[in-house]
Parts: sequence; C-alpha cells; structure tokens
Amino acid sequence: MARYIFKRLLYMIPTLFGVAALIFFMLRVVPGDIVELKLRGDGANVSEESIQAERTRLGLNRPLYVQFGDWMVGVATFDLGKSMWTETPVIDEIQNRFTLTIQVAFMATIIAVLLALPLGIISALYKDSWIDQVIRLFTIGGLAMPSFWVGMIIILTLLNVFNWLPPITYTPIWVDPVANLSQLIWPALAVGYRYSAVLTRMVRSQIIEVMLEDYIRTARAKGVYERLVIGRHALRNALLPAITVLGLEFAFLIGGLVVTEQVFNLNGIGRLFVQAVTKNDFTLVQGIVMLIAVIFILTNLLVDILYAYLDPRIRYGGK
Amino acid sequence: MMTVTAVTPGAPPVPVVKKRPPVIVDFARSQPLAAFSMFFILTLVFASIFAKWIAPYDPFALDFAVMLQEPSAQHWFGTDNFGRDVFTRVLYGAQTALMIGILASFFGSILGGIIGVVSGFFSGRFDFIVQRFIDVLLSFPIIVLAVVAVAMLGKFLVFGVDLNLVVAIAIPIVPKVARVVRASALTIREMPYIDAARASGFGPARIIFRHMTPNVFAPFIILFAAFVAQAILLEASLSFLGLGVTEPTPAWGLMLSGNAADFYREAPWMIIFPGLAISVTVFAFNLFGDGLRDYLDPKFKL
Repeated sequence: MARYIFKRLLYMIPTLFGVAALIFFMLRVVPGDIVELKLRGDGANVSEESIQAERTRLGLNRPLYVQFGDWMVGVATFDLGKSMWTETPVIDEIQNRFTLTIQVAFMATIIAVLLALPLGIISALYKDSWIDQVIRLFTIGGLAMPSFWVGMIIILTLLNVFNWLPPITYTPIWVDPVANLSQLIWPALAVGYRYSAVLTRMVRSQIIEVMLEDYIRTARAKGVYERLVIGRHALRNALLPAITVLGLEFAFLIGGLVVTEQVFNLNGIGRLFVQAVTKNDFTLVQGIVMLIAVIFILTNLLVDILYAYLDPRIRYGGK
Repeated sequence: MMTVTAVTPGAPPVPVVKKRPPVIVDFARSQPLAAFSMFFILTLVFASIFAKWIAPYDPFALDFAVMLQEPSAQHWFGTDNFGRDVFTRVLYGAQTALMIGILASFFGSILGGIIGVVSGFFSGRFDFIVQRFIDVLLSFPIIVLAVVAVAMLGKFLVFGVDLNLVVAIAIPIVPKVARVVRASALTIREMPYIDAARASGFGPARIIFRHMTPNVFAPFIILFAAFVAQAILLEASLSFLGLGVTEPTPAWGLMLSGNAADFYREAPWMIIFPGLAISVTVFAFNLFGDGLRDYLDPKFKL
C-alpha cells in the first residue's frame, strides 16, 4: 500500500509539470501583458520607456525559458512569486480566499451526500415507480440548471418571500458561526444540488446492481430484516463506487464555485481567479491553477486509497 | 391470425417479411422522452433560425417608455431595464447558445475522437505519451481551462460568432472525448475484422478511417450530444462572468450578469426566464443524449 501511494505521488510530478508548462505558455501567448493594462489601462499616456522599465522590473523581458525555469524553481520550493498587480506574495493572496472556498466546497459536499444518499436509495428501492421518476426529474434538473442560476433563484426567493438577504460581508466561522453559516449555506446549497445529481444517479444504479447479488438473496433467506439487508449488506457495497464519483466530480464543484462566488459576492478563490485572468496577472493565475490541479489530483489519489481501504478485495500494486 | 399470402401453385410460398419501421419511428417508440427532447431541440433550432420573423420586437431596440415591465400580453417575459423585450432576447439568445454549443461540441468531439482512435490504434509508446497529455488536460476543471483559453485567445468574430469562444469551449471537451473514444478503439482493435484488414495489407490510415472510425461512431455521436449540453452551460457561465459573449448580443448567460442582479426585487423575470431557457435546453440535450445512448449502445457508460 505504502509503495502504491508512493508510486502515485511520484506520478503526480510529471502531470503537475505538464500543468505548469501548459498554463505558463498558454498565458504567454496573450498579446499585451499586465504592464500595458496596468499603466495604460485607463488611457493614461505612458512612455514606451517606462513600460519597458516596468517589464524589466517584473522580469517579463527575460527569455521565456528563463522565466519558466525561475518559476518552476519557485514552485518546487513552495514559493509562487508575487502577484504582478498587488505585489503581495501569491501565497498570501490565495490563503486569504482559500478558507472561504474550501469551507463552501466542504459544505456543498455534505449537502450533496445528504441529498444523494436517501434519494438514491429510495429511487433504487422503488425503481420505475412514480417516486423514482420524480427523483429522476430532480436529478436531471440538477444537471441542467447552471449552479449560478440556482444561486440567483435562491437569492430571489429569500428576498421576495422572506424579505431577507444573506449578509454580504464575510465573517470567518470562528468569529461568528451563525453569521458565517447564514451566509455560506446558500452558495453551498446552489453548488451542492448540482453535485448531488451525479451522486444520486450513481447511488441508484449501484444499489440496483448490488440488490441482485447472491449475498443479498442469502441475507434475505436467512430472514434478516429488510432494513438491515439494505443498511448493512447493500449500502456498504454500493457506496464504494459512489465515493469514486465524489472524487471525480470534485472538479464539478470547483467549476461551479468559480461562477457561483460571483453571484453571492464571495471573495473566494474562484473570484480571485477570474479577476486575475482579466487583469493578466500571470503569476497569480499560475498559482491558482497549480493549487486547483494539486487539490484535484490529490483528491483522486485520496479516493483511490480510501477505495482500497474500504474494499479489501482491491489491493493495488500487487504482491 | 394467419397472414394470407397469394400462393400460385407450384411456386414456393413467399415469406411475409415484416418491414422494420423507419429509424426515427423506432427511436420514438423505444425512447419517447428522448424523441420528445429531439422534437423540442428541432423546434428551438427552427425558432432561432427564423427568430427575425418570429420575434415580436427588435432585440436591440431600447425603449425607455416600457422599462422593467412585468410579463403581459404585449411582453410575454416582461422587459428589461432598457425596455428591451425579454422574450425576444431569449429567442435570439437561443441562436447564440445553439450556434456556440453545437459548434464547440462538434469541433471538440471531432478532434477528441480522432486523437482517441489514433491513440488507441497505435497504442504502445505513442499512446502512452498522448495519454499523459490528456492526463494533464484532465487535471483542470473544465471551466478553469475555458477561462484561461478565452483570455488567451481574445475575440475573433466570423459572421457574428466569436470563433475563439467556440475554440475555448471546445478545448476542455477534447480530452474527455479522446479518453472515451480511445477505450472503444482499444476493444475494436482486437476484433477479427481489423486483423483481416491488416492481413490484407492495408495501411494504418486506411484501417483507422475505413475500419475503425465507423465502429466508434456510436459512442462518438452520444458524446457529441452530451457535450452540446456541457458547451451550452459553459458558454452561459463564461458570458455570465463577462468573458464570453459581450453586449449587446443577446445571450442567456449575459442576460443574467451585470444589470440583472440589480433588479432582484423590481424585475425577477429578468432573472427567471433566461435561466429557464438555459436549463430547459440543457435538460433537453441531456435527455436526448441519454436516450440516444440507450438506443444505440445500452452498454456504453459515459
């Protein structure tokens, strides 16, 4: 097992290097860089000289491979450089926003699981009945509605029905849990609903498959209560693949957050990312993308490990 | 009841072959929901093509006399803060969404499909290298990749369609399609008819295009339908972020961004209808894709 994990971690390095190279060169193809935007953005008349001077100061005049090498050395030592716009270290910029995004992502995952488990189980047990159809409609709807729009509808409902809006200023959970939760539960709900749709479908199809297995028939033949058959025998086996989906679709969650943060005026990673892209803040974009890629790959690794841990039939790496 | 056939003495009886219904009827019978979605999609396509004649108003005409009016007989979906008819703009928005969604999914699936088949056919080292590239592309959430691509490419308008936006949306689709098509190609590669083609001395190009491509067509067409939905969602998200389609072009995501959020209380219809349009369209494409999958290849898992 340890060997397997080590091997997988090792495999991460070339993939992450590829991510780094791709994002770095993709950004450099852009005609016009941050300096133009920063100095001439508001129509100011700035001489070519000062533009060049600023470029040299930011290191943008060096050959591309030197810039890339420099950045790679930084990444390897966990130094992501400074934001080209605010001049604060990228790590600090990210750190401020990261807690918020991770909290929403975490809450959305919980919501998704809480929705998907009962819905998936019910629709599997009452397969093809009207209740299954209703749940199916609910899940396909979740896949069809953009999460930012679900967010807007939530705000619309809160405003027009309850005449209440979630607080706009962000309060960390350790300062005031109530204010914090009453603000973040809504984006979590908007993103979590979509996330739950994929999960519900997976749970449903897995349970249907597992219920046909021999050990379920054996358990029933032994006279085990149906509740236990489902809870102990079926669910345990059905949940494994569902865990995989949770990991695989994590990108879904991040993707949803990038847009949904905009709706709820949340200063999270997603918002920072969009701002950085529109401002051509290369170092910041690179830092955020690397962070997202690392989280994404690590989540998938974690899921695989969890999978092997929960299902003794699976042993990676052999021998 | 027996079927009566005219039998001339001496001649063998003519077997009555039950004619198979046309594909479209067969499809509608076995997948009614999907067929209904297809009907809806076709209606939408026609409505958006003929929007100029169907739409009751000019989508660009500002009319401050009728600002922020609620839905009525004159303005089915109400009017926005510039007095533009929301129904008209939703209808024209379908043009944008369908055009970009279908084109992006088409280009993305074609390129992904080709990469998948070729990579699956050659396997070995070539396949390994291609798959590592795909790994890299798959470690981005699609929206992140699309946002960077959009910023990188800028705008490139051809007949009012931002081709660079299409490309930016197609890029994240490529690796996903390539992965799935490669898996199909790998199984097909082991089929006897491919061996036969090899034994006949056909070159790789001919085997790939004449023998393998037709056989990965089913998963390809299913993926294409599914990714139109994804592409429409992605376009809406990008336009919502202000990175996709720009004013005054009517686009669903764009209608939800900026101004709309200032009118939660005064004009909720400005938010409800464009979002509904996105959801219903994506819903239809998803249902259609699902039905197509069940019809063409029930074992295929997306």
